[in-house]
Amino acid sequence: MSDISTPRPGLGQRLAGYASASTLATLLVVLAALLGVFGLVIGDKLFTPEALRSMAFQIPELGILSLAMMIALLSGGLNLSIIATANLCALVMAFILTRYAPEAFGLAQIGVIALAMLAGLCVAAVIGLVNGFVIAYLGVSPILATLGTMTLCKGLAIGATRGNVISGFPDAFTALGNGVIFGGTVYAVPVSLLIFIACVIPVAVMLNRSPFGAKIYMIGSNEMATRYSGVDTRAVVLRLYVLSSLLAAVAAIVMMAHLNSANASYGESYLLVTILAAVLGGVDPFGGFGKVGGLVLALVILQVISSAFNVLGFSQFLTLAIWGGTLILVTAVPYLRTFLRR
Amino acid sequence: MRDWLIRLKRSHELWLLCVIVLLCAGLTLANDYFFTLRNLQDLLTSNAFTGILAAGLLVVLISGGIDISFTATASVAQYAAMYVAVNYFGNWLSVFVIACGVGIACGAVNAVFIQKLRIPSIIVSIATLNIFFGLLIFVTKGRYIPVLPDWFARGVDWFEFTDKNDFSYSLNLQMLTLFMAFLVTWIFLNQSNFGRQIYAMGGNPDAAQRLGFHVFGLNMLVYCYMGFMAGVASLVQAQLAQSVAPTVLVGKELDVVAAVVLGGASLTGGVGTVFGTMLGVALLAILQNGLILLGVSSYWNQVFVGLVILVAVSATAWSQRPARKRAARA
Repeated sequence: MSDISTPRPGLGQRLAGYASASTLATLLVVLAALLGVFGLVIGDKLFTPEALRSMAFQIPELGILSLAMMIALLSGGLNLSIIATANLCALVMAFILTRYAPEAFGLAQIGVIALAMLAGLCVAAVIGLVNGFVIAYLGVSPILATLGTMTLCKGLAIGATRGNVISGFPDAFTALGNGVIFGGTVYAVPVSLLIFIACVIPVAVMLNRSPFGAKIYMIGSNEMATRYSGVDTRAVVLRLYVLSSLLAAVAAIVMMAHLNSANASYGESYLLVTILAAVLGGVDPFGGFGKVGGLVLALVILQVISSAFNVLGFSQFLTLAIWGGTLILVTAVPYLRTFLRR
Repeated sequence: MRDWLIRLKRSHELWLLCVIVLLCAGLTLANDYFFTLRNLQDLLTSNAFTGILAAGLLVVLISGGIDISFTATASVAQYAAMYVAVNYFGNWLSVFVIACGVGIACGAVNAVFIQKLRIPSIIVSIATLNIFFGLLIFVTKGRYIPVLPDWFARGVDWFEFTDKNDFSYSLNLQMLTLFMAFLVTWIFLNQSNFGRQIYAMGGNPDAAQRLGFHVFGLNMLVYCYMGFMAGVASLVQAQLAQSVAPTVLVGKELDVVAAVVLGGASLTGGVGTVFGTMLGVALLAILQNGLILLGVSSYWNQVFVGLVILVAVSATAWSQRPARKRAARA
């Protein structure tokens, strides 16, 4: 994908390249080993078009949320409010959709859907601005600031809905979560996967090729040095938290379209899993290093484990435990490697 | 004495104390029930679980690490202790030994991963949260333990008395363990050699290493202490709920983090006091209690909690700005 790291000056950049290359190699080995083992145990059942399609349906939600988390992690921060942001945005969109969409037909309905999405993105932008302002301009540590906004957003969502579910969206909207293109053929691709790809590629290009992306990596490596080299770090941090929030809103669209409903506490178990996925994908939890390609590979690994366990009839909670074990194993690899070399 | 006063005046705790006193004064004026012994008993009893965990987490934060696996640890400890007590044998000593033993074992796992494999503590504890919790649900199949042994369900009621309205007051298991947890943590941090070393290690890990501190041993102690507190807290919670459900505790870890951080502990290590942590837990507890007494729908509870966290951490960060600038220039 976009991981072809072009040679660039700067030690940090080169180190990042090496670091991510070795993580990518580790992840590929892990993935190959998993596919081999599961292939032997389960056989073809894991690789039928239906099985692959169901995996493709499950990756986007967690994937887009993990992207939102990754951007914050790269800068040395953390965004604990992504799930709460997604749910609040989903509820705002759901409110507009259920109120105005049933009465509208044809083009008007498309208009209502567009309006709802716009409103959701606006809410996300406001939350992102609050996060970014508190972190960048007041100097609050990202964990605490986003812990506050997380509680606040969740509180607003619960207060406004009294914990109830809003459901029943127009078909044109739920198609974003459940629809496929080239339906009926072997090549049917879920629309949500396309949305995920439409998020991954711009984010990867932005991180690798744009000045903004380079500044995010620099801030993650050494914020003080970045500021003293003339970068307005505060403006960069503000923008990256807005971007993280907007990605959460896109995840909200996919999630609510998929479930055909919205609620204040959907997907809460995803929060720590997004960090798990990002770190498994080679993102340094202290910032500065990590590539989108690694994240995508990590998501595929997590999904393969989950799908295979599902076919084998294991509980989804055992999957959680194995995910945790995989994270420890993969993050320990660099240390074990130097240990063995000694 | 004067030193102590001057230190207090500059401290985070004083501000927190002022906010709590103002909040209490307002609530006392607005609601007759707030300033009663009965409400105090309810407050202490229902917040003991958070308070005990906060005492354990404080030690971890001071050491420069973080742990969010403690809710999973508590779930495992609770289930193991109560399963044995219901199916085989049990008394107060045995349930505490089993719960705390399980907690310490889980803490030791964290410490080994963090120190021996050089993985950051937040990543390890996210992973072990999933591992402990996933395995617990897998092994127990998510089954509840609906009925606890009689002697455990009855709990502890010391110095019981009833007032003229027939309300009974007593020093119960929750309060006793809450006081003990804070007292032990205070002694551990302020009166023991280990406590001083933990502050020093949190303040500057490299210096601590070069001074010859046994860093692995200290970390082992810190994470096992957290596990021990998780074991104690889990029993307190089981006694209050009168049943054990393996899924109810996980998800509350960030509430505890919020309380400890409100109390002035720093996520970068080396900073934090037991008194501050008590105030942090108290502030969130009184806030939620007050909102309910004032008749605000409990659905809006979290909005206020979120606002308080945001305002408190922003104000703290803002007040520390000049100090940081001076430090940077020096």
